[in-house]
Amino acid sequence: MKVELKLFATLMPYLPPGAKKNAVTVEVEPGCTMNQLISRYRVPREEVHLVLLNGHFVNENGRGAPLREGDTLAIWPPVAGG
Amino acid sequence: MAWAKKVLRVNLNDGNISSEPLNMEWAAQYIGQRGLATRYLVEETDPTCDPLGPDNKLIMATGPLTGTAASTGGRYSVITKSPLTGAVACSNSGGFFGAELKSAGWDMIIFEGKSPNPVWLNIVDDKAELCSAEGIWGQSVWEADKAIHRITGDPQTRIAAVGRSAEAGCLYSAVINDLHRAAGRSGVGTVMASKNVKAVAVRGTRGVGNIKDPKRFMQSVAEQKVVLAENAVTGQGLPALGTQVLMNVINEIGALPTNNMQQTQFEGAHNISGEAMLEPRKSDGKPNLTTNAACFGCTIACGRISTIDPSHYSIQDKPQYQQNSGGLEYEAAWAMGADTGVDDLDAVTFANFVCNEDGMDPISFGATVAAAMELFEAGAITTEETGGMELRFGSAEALTWCAEKTGTGDGFGKDLGLGSKKLCEKYGHPEFSMTVKGQEFPAYDPRGIQGMGLTYATSNRGACHLRSYTVASEVLGIPEKTDPAVTDGKAGLVKAFQDATAAVDSMGLCVFTTFAWSLDNMAPQMDAACEGDWTVERLLEAGERIWNLERDYNMKAGLTGSDDNLPERLLKEASKAAPTEGQVCNLHEMLPEYYQLRGWTDEGQLTDEVRQKFSLPG
Repeated sequence: MKVELKLFATLMPYLPPGAKKNAVTVEVEPGCTMNQLISRYRVPREEVHLVLLNGHFVNENGRGAPLREGDTLAIWPPVAGG
Repeated sequence: MAWAKKVLRVNLNDGNISSEPLNMEWAAQYIGQRGLATRYLVEETDPTCDPLGPDNKLIMATGPLTGTAASTGGRYSVITKSPLTGAVACSNSGGFFGAELKSAGWDMIIFEGKSPNPVWLNIVDDKAELCSAEGIWGQSVWEADKAIHRITGDPQTRIAAVGRSAEAGCLYSAVINDLHRAAGRSGVGTVMASKNVKAVAVRGTRGVGNIKDPKRFMQSVAEQKVVLAENAVTGQGLPALGTQVLMNVINEIGALPTNNMQQTQFEGAHNISGEAMLEPRKSDGKPNLTTNAACFGCTIACGRISTIDPSHYSIQDKPQYQQNSGGLEYEAAWAMGADTGVDDLDAVTFANFVCNEDGMDPISFGATVAAAMELFEAGAITTEETGGMELRFGSAEALTWCAEKTGTGDGFGKDLGLGSKKLCEKYGHPEFSMTVKGQEFPAYDPRGIQGMGLTYATSNRGACHLRSYTVASEVLGIPEKTDPAVTDGKAGLVKAFQDATAAVDSMGLCVFTTFAWSLDNMAPQMDAACEGDWTVERLLEAGERIWNLERDYNMKAGLTGSDDNLPERLLKEASKAAPTEGQVCNLHEMLPEYYQLRGWTDEGQLTDEVRQKFSLPG
């Protein structure tokens, strides 16, 4: 199944080739969890701070949940602004 | 100590300049800068005065830690009554001007009356004189800066000036210092121009002495700088991408106000984001962002220095924009980008340069252009009023045209200088104005971030994110994550942020330190620098006192609890973006609890108990 992975800010170098506008569509096995997708692209776990699944915040405990077809997983390191 | 204990009073009516001791009894209660200057404003002006009349006063104030070695201790604020809102105005700026003023030996400057002719104030340490601004009046901030530097002959002179927009009466004109740092909001630059003051130049060679316990202070400063450096946000995130890192975050959660807040997600958000500012351009291979930059004493360095694509239409034959200058912060990029539907990074950067060049608040400017675009698309404004320009959402050409017109107050730019509220009233659609107390919203849609709805509604200077930045908690998880969709607990969260921020703003520190520091990190620095025992509790008490003092000023100026409100659009028209679909801002669920926590009446009025608790003036 296909899901969209978005890596922002200082996580940009972990995006695979072909990514546009910080996003890439990737093929994953059914049952693939958020954590598994994060590991697949070698994003250091300590830099994974803000995780949004389809725009909704997912805390650390919830990242073991499986992704669904068409999901968008967006990830930031610790960031802030004003 | 750490205060210079001196006030420079400038009577513009007769040109008399005097030095007087700082009221240390008030400093003990209101700290400095925002709090202390508001105390002076309350004492010396009638809150019902005409903001642009001679009875209003304009105060430039530093905090006790301004100009010291404390990280980010370079801040100053401009305090006055706002012509945009009729409420108290307090606009905070970084750069180097504030620290220079303190190094010259002054805590604050109080301007009173109105000069018969345009003048600028020249301060060199304890000497200050009013100089004729003949030949400088009518110039942009950048031109005036150059002209005054030529006169002083000292490249280290620091200058705060108003631009042509302020001279033309634009109601949201800023005071710009160091070319591109702004005391931006609420029209403080308009007040300065109304007094016929073009600029303040200052050179200070004394440094800031008077530290209570220098050894303990330097130890504490060093320890706290390590905290900032080791924190992922203040040590890495802000220097790398600046505040603009938020564009994609806020868009992703469905809280990015778009097209005058008609929508909550912007298709073109990525094109104007912090990430986009790093991408090399086709024309010259360079990215928009040249480098980051720091204000005086700052070890975060979130500032942006940018260039515009040399092939971009906006800067052809305009050499002043063909070089590095102050780049986009998130609020500016949102207001002039997403809110106007423009996703042309260079056009938005151009508009930002113009805002710096001619001293406009880019938030209010962008949001007013957005309102004008909605008025145009509704047929309330036509090409007859604009002189031919079609003000359509998404039009980069319209945005850059509006910036130049408003910067000089030319033609329709005069209307745009009214701000969103008066513009929408003039053209018969007050419901299009996205404002609180007459001030335009910043970049967080309260339908998606409930606490920001209460923040905007209750802010003492009208819609503002920097009075209680609950985004930190509701979206970014600092200090701890709360759910942006719920209203429970937000009244307490907003009050806590408001009180703490008032204390931070009054010490002379930057609010961006609070992504890593709490008052626990600031109190030891304050206590080592300043006489009296400064604990976290005392700072918080002072913050709450300052909040109530500002509120009291506003009530006396004629505002009421009914002004603690949001436009109907945000209360009744639900978000259509997927993550926040169906949500409105449920302000009514938070406001009564907030009044209760403040100890105010059900109508939002201060009680005698609160007045006594904080020893507020009568």
